Amino acid sequence: MSWLYVLLPIAGVHVWWPGLVILGLCVGVIGGFFGMGGAWMVTPALNVLGLPMAFAIGTDITHMAGKSLISTMRHAKFGNVDYKLSLIMVFGTVGGLEIGARNIMWLERIGKIDLYVRCGYLVLLTAIAWLVFSDVLKRQKKDRAARAAGRTVDHLTTGIEWYKTLQQIRIPPVVNFPRAGIRCSLWLPVGVAFFTGWLAGVLGIGGGLIRMPSLIYLIGCPTHIAVGTDLFEIAVSGLYGAATYSYKGRVELWAAFIMLIGAAVGAQIGAVATKYVKGYGIRIFFGWAVIGCDISILMKIIAATRPSLKTVLDLSATILILGLVTLLSLVIVLKFVMGVREELALKRAEVMVA
Amino acid sequence: MRNFISKSIALGLLLLPSHLLAAGEQGGMVIVADSRNLTGLTAWWVNIYNESHFYFALLTVVTIPLAGAILGGIADLVMSRTGIDLRSRSLREN
Repeated sequence: MSWLYVLLPIAGVHVWWPGLVILGLCVGVIGGFFGMGGAWMVTPALNVLGLPMAFAIGTDITHMAGKSLISTMRHAKFGNVDYKLSLIMVFGTVGGLEIGARNIMWLERIGKIDLYVRCGYLVLLTAIAWLVFSDVLKRQKKDRAARAAGRTVDHLTTGIEWYKTLQQIRIPPVVNFPRAGIRCSLWLPVGVAFFTGWLAGVLGIGGGLIRMPSLIYLIGCPTHIAVGTDLFEIAVSGLYGAATYSYKGRVELWAAFIMLIGAAVGAQIGAVATKYVKGYGIRIFFGWAVIGCDISILMKIIAATRPSLKTVLDLSATILILGLVTLLSLVIVLKFVMGVREELALKRAEVMVA
Repeated sequence: MRNFISKSIALGLLLLPSHLLAAGEQGGMVIVADSRNLTGLTAWWVNIYNESHFYFALLTVVTIPLAGAILGGIADLVMSRTGIDLRSRSLREN
């Protein structure tokens, strides 16, 4: 069965290549659907497949650039990408990333960096999960109240509406983002991007997991536009990460290419699946993904403080992440298949009537 | 598509200085890949890695989006064969 293994010449390891294709496929599906890179899922999976950790991170970021480009191309055709918003946010993201990375150096000097970063990550993910689900509950409450009064709520109604207050702060210049349907101060997206970029830099992650909900709750993007716009930004920041890591010699391009083969298919499926799922459906799926990631981080924190449980908890965290990746991608593929079947049946019925 | 490509190029040019800045210093540890038993494209690639990380990074940054665009284009073509509408999204809500 040696043909199932490929030599990754720079890391000098033999890796089971179908694993890379499957991983690319699953993360492509999830990334295309949620508008995130998925570094938190890919890095441990690559490590499990046999890549040393430094190479796993670099290879993941490199493949993320290609994969997000594929998803963006598809989302752009649906009109889900606000390029103007994305371009403006890139300035803030890059600035925030650089400062975040410098803060990490400082944390490194005072020690215990891993614990600080993981605790920060845990708090942040818990806050995001709370935000998503309280938003869903508020929206459902509005739905129920409207039904009780014999009305229906507007399809653009949201639960949490922080963005409405933030959009009222009209520090010049005020900019229109017609695709996202937003009019706000230029400093709002720049500030949000800077903050999320800084968080991503401090936590050492890509940032999609933070930026996607920020686009929704702080800037006021509709869910589908948030997904597409975030993916365009991930494609660009992924390239930036690929440049940095490959210059430092920590990228295994062969592995990234193999993963891209699966990701090309997965990203299409994930992006097209958003066509069949309502915005709030995407938010609920996203909330569950965040909870899974949160629990895995908690396990790693406990493992770091309880050496006797380290092996069991590290293994459990990896199994949890891989299980979550598989489950989420299966659910999204199912939504895709059902949506396609429904659309084709509708088309056939229209032809019969005509 | 043309719009998408021109926006991507503009963004790439915008980030070029950041890329150079981010590259910064290399880590203290130097990793050399073993190219003794390799041939063809793999050997060429590993030699580039060993000789210059700058060229290695440059090639990585060029090939990854290119591979993404080609594979994405192929997948797009396959997806369009399913017969579904790939130009519009009827669900318009938050």
